[in-house]
Amino acid sequence: MELFWYIVLMTMLTIYVILDGYDFGAGIIHLFFAKKEKDKKAITNAIGPFWDANEVWLIAVGGVLFFAFPTLYASSFSGFYLPLIIILWLLIFRAIGLELRGQINNTLWHTIWDKAFGVASLLLALFFGVALGNIVRGVNLGNVVNGVSTHEGHYFFLPLWNTTFSPQAEELGIIDWFTLLLGVIGVVSLAIHGANWIIFKTNSDLNTKLKKVIFNLNFVLLALVIVSILVWHIIEPKPFHNFIDKPWLFIFPILTFTGLFGLFKVKSFKKDGIGFVFSSLFLFGGITTTVASIFPKVLPSTNTVNPSLTLYNTAADSYGLGVGVYWFAIAAVLVAIYMFIQYKVFKGKMDDIGYGDH
Amino acid sequence: MEDMLFYDRMQFAFTITFHYLFPQLTMGLSLLIVYFKWKFLRTKVDTYNDAAKFWMKIFALNFAMGVVTGIPMEFQFGTNWAKFSELTGGIIGQTLAMEGMFSFFLESSFLGLFLFGEKLLGHKLHFLTGFLVFLGSWASGYLIIATHSWMQHPVGYEILENGKFVLTNFGALFSNPWLLPSYFHNQAASLVTASFVVAAIGAFYILNNKHSNFGKLFLKTGVIFGFFASVIVAVPTGDLVAKNVVKYQPATFAAMEGIFKTEDGGSEIVLIGQPNILEQKLDNKIAVPNILSFLTYQDWNAEIKGLNEFDKSVHPTNIPGLYYAYHIMVGLGTIFIGLLLFAVVQLFRKKLYTTKWILWSLLFMLPFPYIANTMGWYTAELGRQPWLVYNLLRTAEGASPTVSSGNTLFTLLGFIGLYLLLGLLFLMLAGKIINKGPELKNH
Ligand code: HDD
Ligand code: HEM
Ligand code: HEM
Repeated sequence: MELFWYIVLMTMLTIYVILDGYDFGAGIIHLFFAKKEKDKKAITNAIGPFWDANEVWLIAVGGVLFFAFPTLYASSFSGFYLPLIIILWLLIFRAIGLELRGQINNTLWHTIWDKAFGVASLLLALFFGVALGNIVRGVNLGNVVNGVSTHEGHYFFLPLWNTTFSPQAEELGIIDWFTLLLGVIGVVSLAIHGANWIIFKTNSDLNTKLKKVIFNLNFVLLALVIVSILVWHIIEPKPFHNFIDKPWLFIFPILTFTGLFGLFKVKSFKKDGIGFVFSSLFLFGGITTTVASIFPKVLPSTNTVNPSLTLYNTAADSYGLGVGVYWFAIAAVLVAIYMFIQYKVFKGKMDDIGYGDH
Repeated sequence: MEDMLFYDRMQFAFTITFHYLFPQLTMGLSLLIVYFKWKFLRTKVDTYNDAAKFWMKIFALNFAMGVVTGIPMEFQFGTNWAKFSELTGGIIGQTLAMEGMFSFFLESSFLGLFLFGEKLLGHKLHFLTGFLVFLGSWASGYLIIATHSWMQHPVGYEILENGKFVLTNFGALFSNPWLLPSYFHNQAASLVTASFVVAAIGAFYILNNKHSNFGKLFLKTGVIFGFFASVIVAVPTGDLVAKNVVKYQPATFAAMEGIFKTEDGGSEIVLIGQPNILEQKLDNKIAVPNILSFLTYQDWNAEIKGLNEFDKSVHPTNIPGLYYAYHIMVGLGTIFIGLLLFAVVQLFRKKLYTTKWILWSLLFMLPFPYIANTMGWYTAELGRQPWLVYNLLRTAEGASPTVSSGNTLFTLLGFIGLYLLLGLLFLMLAGKIINKGPELKNH
């Protein structure tokens, strides 16, 4: 039962990253490449009717985490207190940037909200990458000092950074060079992902340029991924033991690299949606590879006093998890129907169906 | 430790109060918009469709505010109330996760279609998307109130040795006797807010001599819906929630009503008076004898327990706050019914649109349903203190153990600043939409 909900949760998380990821990416592209009003319009129209529903995946992930793994929810949300609240603030800025921009027709007003949307998207991508890094690196569960826990073994608290920015320091911070590396991977990969979405959903003049951007960024991404694999074993001495035990797990890294290498051919794709498929593969593979490498841990402990949090020691009681399956199955079908309708109505290029001009 | 809890509470109270300013309009207004759209389908009179379109603009803005302030709520259980989440997550996580899966997806998927899809979908389907948005927002209210009801009156659980609450009966969460009265009371109250907003804008247009035909429609709709909703808020639903409080939280009820000592031969109902905690009595009291006993038990002489019968450790922590919150809510409720009754009578005498004092009163009433709703929640929440889960888990035991007051104060100040900005933006943009008025036909 725990395993079922773990898979559900991870699936929902990946869906969230793939969906809201293109919104963040569109924001990053907007920040750096959209100079003309026409381009800005194209970008916001590409995500217009979708981003709100995409964000609900985050709320749903939070809800399912709360319900199925309450101890993990409590421990990680209070331990990562500051970055989470900052993420909330950024989400607010991104949303009002998108929603309020069109309310008043004034260049100054537009500039403010364009920047709010772009900068918030960039920082969100960075923070989500950093979050992934923190989970891989682990935390000092129980805030152990000199071999003694100062809190219950599943609670901790991390400041935003410590002075050394080192993932191996005695006192860890949320941001260190390792988590920052994953943060940058987050920004670059989502920028690529967002660019692919824009190409897919619009006839914008930007598209040719964006293909070049994707091509170039992909080299950066490849380099970053290689570096991260090289330094991974500093953080986790046996990063591949799960893969060696269960070789079928290699499917995940293979998917990652398929996505990554596939994107080098971005300039010769026949259909505009293909790039998006490849960047989705990359994200899917990247997340699943990461969580598979620490499985069954969900939050590793960096000390030897308190055990790591796993999906088994953080799960809710079995009766609750059992009844949850029933309503969840119904809800999942409904959600699939809504998404089908939504993407069916807004099928094809947004400018072809006249979305956004009213 | 103490002030750590204080900032956690301040932050929760501030953010939820602000959040709830928006959903209360969303839920009520979505019903009224669906009504306008339905009238249009029935009569094919364009005014109704334009009215629906106009309110959709306000709705979209309001909804966006509700969404951005709602997400912090979902996170804050974990960030600030980690111990509470760990212990009860297996139970309240159910209803909260259901809210995300059942209602937020429904709302957000169809909101886009509803706001931008009129031409794409045609009027009938457009009506349907509006109805689905309405359904989503009411389902959301239902599941939130189910969560809240469990905290007020826990059912279907078992407490393990390590203090964890585990669910033993899923159905009990929904057959909780606290749930339905509370839900309908709350929904009626949100319809009161929406009706007053619609009526007030109507009055504004008429007094201003602008868009008067819309003004009349808004005024009429707002006044009629508002009158029925206000009555339902009081009887049966207000009465039923109050009876639940008497039954399950008697000390809370005594504090709400300001009864310090049990009285022989029936309790009076207090209209005005200031609680004096030092001497355990009400100062400057104006009260009507025996009414409270009758309202509660349909018996003029029934005994209602005063606070003196309960141990101090179970007294609500903030008795004056609770007493005022309750009296402001009930007092405003009475005023709403009175004013709307006059308005409805004038409407039927075909004099409403020219009765200046009613128009001005309706205009100035605009903020008061918001105040009444907020005071209602303060009644519920202050009444529950010192408990997070009534009688089982104290608020002090629910806070996050590792988050220090310095960090909580930092984020609280951040929220205050950010929400101040959001509030200003909302007022400015809503003002702009209202000032511009419903667009007249341009196609
Ligand atoms: C327009 C707003 C409004 C108005 C006029 C009233 N209420 Fe109310 N009341 C609410 C809006 C509200 C609310 C905000 O919606 C609450 C908070 C929790 C809930 O479910 O509804 C609430 C809660 C609430 C509670 C607390 C329940 C608890 O402890 O959980 C009681 C006892 C009453 N109400 C009783 C009344 C009575 C007897 C009224 C007589 C007129 C009344 N309310 C008018
Ligand atoms: C179903 C939804 C709600 C849940 C689950 C909930 C839960 C909680 C929790 C966990 C706390 C913190 C503990 C405490 O200080 O009491 C709290 C406090 C509070 N909540 Fe609620 N709440 C809900 C709805 C609301 C709403 C809609 C409002 C107001 C509009 C509100 C007003 C407050 C206030 C004012 C406090 C602080 C009470 C105090 O400081 O004594 N709540 N609530
Ligand atoms: C602590 C309790 C609460 C939490 C955790 C919470 C959570 C949320 C979240 C995450 C959203 C955004 C949903 C989206 O993206 O579509 C939202 C919006 C909403 N909430 Fe709350 N909420 C709380 C209290 C309440 C209460 C007490 C009510 C009403 C009874 C309510 C009714 C709504 C409605 C109708 C919406 C739709 C958006 C809107 O109306 O503006 N919420 N809430």
